[in-house]
Amino acid sequence: MRNIKEERNEAWRADLRAQIKVKERMMAPRIHMPEQDAMERSHNNKEVNLGLTAEQAIVEARRCIDCPDPTCMKGCPVSIYIPGFIKQIETGNFLEAAKVLKETSALPAVCGRVCPQEKQCEAECIYVRSGKEPVAIGHLERFAADFERESGQISVPEVAPANGVKIAVVGSGPAGLSFAGDMAKLGYDVTVFEALHEIGGVLKYGIPEFRLPNNIVDVEIDNLRAMGVKFITNCIIGKTLTIDDLKEDGFKGVFVGSGAGLPRFMSIKGENLVGVMSSNEYLTRVNLMDAASDDSDTPVFLGKRVAVIGGGNTAMDSVRTAIRLGAERAMIVYRRSEEEMPARKEEIKHAKEEGIEFMNLRSPIEFIGNAQGRVTHMVLQVMELGEPDASGRRSPVEVPGETETIEVDEVIVSVGVSPNPLIPSTVGGLKISKWGTIEVNQDTMQSDIPMIFAGGDIVRGGATVILAMGDGRKAAANMHAWISN
Amino acid sequence: MNKIVSKEYFSENVIKFEVEAPLIARSRKAGHFVMVKVGAKGERIPLTIADADTSKGTITLVVQRMGVSSSKLAQLNEGDEITDLVGPLGQATHIENFGTVVCACGGVGTAPMLPIVAALKAAGNRVITVLAARTHNLIILEEQMKKNSDEVIVMTDDGSYGNKGLVTKGVEDVINREKVDMCVTIGPAVMMKFVSELTKKYEIPTVASLNTIMVDGTGMCGACRVSVGGRTKFVCVDGPEFDAHQVDFDEMLMRLGGYRDIEREEMERFTCKTDSKH
Repeated sequence: MRNIKEERNEAWRADLRAQIKVKERMMAPRIHMPEQDAMERSHNNKEVNLGLTAEQAIVEARRCIDCPDPTCMKGCPVSIYIPGFIKQIETGNFLEAAKVLKETSALPAVCGRVCPQEKQCEAECIYVRSGKEPVAIGHLERFAADFERESGQISVPEVAPANGVKIAVVGSGPAGLSFAGDMAKLGYDVTVFEALHEIGGVLKYGIPEFRLPNNIVDVEIDNLRAMGVKFITNCIIGKTLTIDDLKEDGFKGVFVGSGAGLPRFMSIKGENLVGVMSSNEYLTRVNLMDAASDDSDTPVFLGKRVAVIGGGNTAMDSVRTAIRLGAERAMIVYRRSEEEMPARKEEIKHAKEEGIEFMNLRSPIEFIGNAQGRVTHMVLQVMELGEPDASGRRSPVEVPGETETIEVDEVIVSVGVSPNPLIPSTVGGLKISKWGTIEVNQDTMQSDIPMIFAGGDIVRGGATVILAMGDGRKAAANMHAWISN
Repeated sequence: MNKIVSKEYFSENVIKFEVEAPLIARSRKAGHFVMVKVGAKGERIPLTIADADTSKGTITLVVQRMGVSSSKLAQLNEGDEITDLVGPLGQATHIENFGTVVCACGGVGTAPMLPIVAALKAAGNRVITVLAARTHNLIILEEQMKKNSDEVIVMTDDGSYGNKGLVTKGVEDVINREKVDMCVTIGPAVMMKFVSELTKKYEIPTVASLNTIMVDGTGMCGACRVSVGGRTKFVCVDGPEFDAHQVDFDEMLMRLGGYRDIEREEMERFTCKTDSKH
């Protein structure tokens, strides 16, 4: 464990602080992430955010005043040593910065791209309290991880001597990968079992290339392999192998990070028409199966008028994918107003710049099809905001008699996911909540079957990548403590 | 992994593979299926497990050459490996002693019916199998069916073998002759629809094994959804077998045709490429 206070007092850090006055640091404006031009990027699949240059990263790193009590770290679900890596960037020691990041995060290049920093680390940055823009922690994290990857000098985190204890991980999404990384560091013999043919879970099938290129995910997975983590694809725990099989094979602990992959539908008329699909299906076809490429055998509809139902990040990913695949009209249909949208502000902004239409305060009540059963129209009920509900959000209510009918040839339903019942239902004796999530002790992530821990969406329902990673870390620390006792 | 240990032609377009998959062989039951992917850019397609040999650690898959993916699989030979194979998936067939069961299968649906016939027989049922195909050389697994059934009735559309007529005629003849307690049907969707309509008329409980479009096969996407009793179900996790009288076959047929144009184009391109290689 690092002693953050002591490290801050090391000579190089003190010197660095002395070089520029705090006042001066705080005067500098936040560096903005260079982006691909909106019109250009809406026709390609390349990353939207281009990353900071080394010069930009150093300038941004200077803004961090190296607080004695770094509040930013409290906002990070995996407690990355934020001032530690940022100060390394300020001195130009980028590889060391990457090393610091990897001590606590198995996937820094991923987190730097997809975490909602504005709600986490950056929300706790001291600057926010004085009304200034926070230090761009996420952009700096991404910079350090990218720099290391591109340098070809990728460091492998230190791993404790092998202790010979076998641990199984169910699912290779962010929760499982983060858990696997921490357990490998502690010297465990870790095997990750994945149902699909690719490692990465939602990082591969869900989040599109223009936000998170698959090759970047692969490099971080290779890093885990270098630490000794084994991966087995095409293997469903509960079906191909049972937990009892794992026990018989000598596994001492199991971490279930199988996610919340089951898409929800709205149960309205016409929802099973051809051309209406879940965002999971659409994004899996495009991202995992590469369906839009000529050399892929998997087909996908290339709709001209595409409506995406929902207002979360998955809805934004889907609608922005649709416009990249040639849609003339790509629409977000959301039953509340933009204020209430759960998607990241940055994603909404990017979507708007790319020409996405936002139909807020609209809720589909029916899809209409032609003789071949293909969707041709959607009927939308106009809504208005009523009184705040129990969660404090103003709930949408119908405006009686006001509907709109709009031409569509593809509809993507992105109204949320439920925990996939496949794992919970096949692991005998596991305590399941009424929402289908696995019940665990919130402090330890341990289920009522002691050898089974769980985390991520299978415990939370649909949440974020970083919360899943935080659960993975917490579960690893607690499983280690449980096994050590 | 997933090595093909034997390949046998039932007919020009229907091929039986025995594939190394010891874990699947050990855990599978009648009614289960696998997802198969051939090549790095291959598509994931569902195939029912027709048989398994736990001592050899193999499973049997029967594939009918239809489009690009099944053709790519059909081109593989003994010793080749299937890129990706995952399972067993879906719910196993519910087997008990129902009394007299008619098993109505058509075309390549005969292969997944075989383990069900065997399991029903083993559970003490009187099993009458109605085996149907367009024409004589498309009748497969007749001997194996005979070994596991009390009676096998063969139907061909053109009368080139067995009795002339559709599968429904064979089923109705049995119903007219004796008491039938249960019917199981596997085959093309349109065939299952008509079997279901027939048995509904006679109020005979009927189970159909649905063959919808699938992507992941694990409940993640809903591509395979069908309406059963007015509610949306996912064939890959809730099925593949459902009460046939509750299934909206017209909707299912409509959804099955959803990619027909794209599939045709892909197949044309694939055939061109394959031809130019020779």
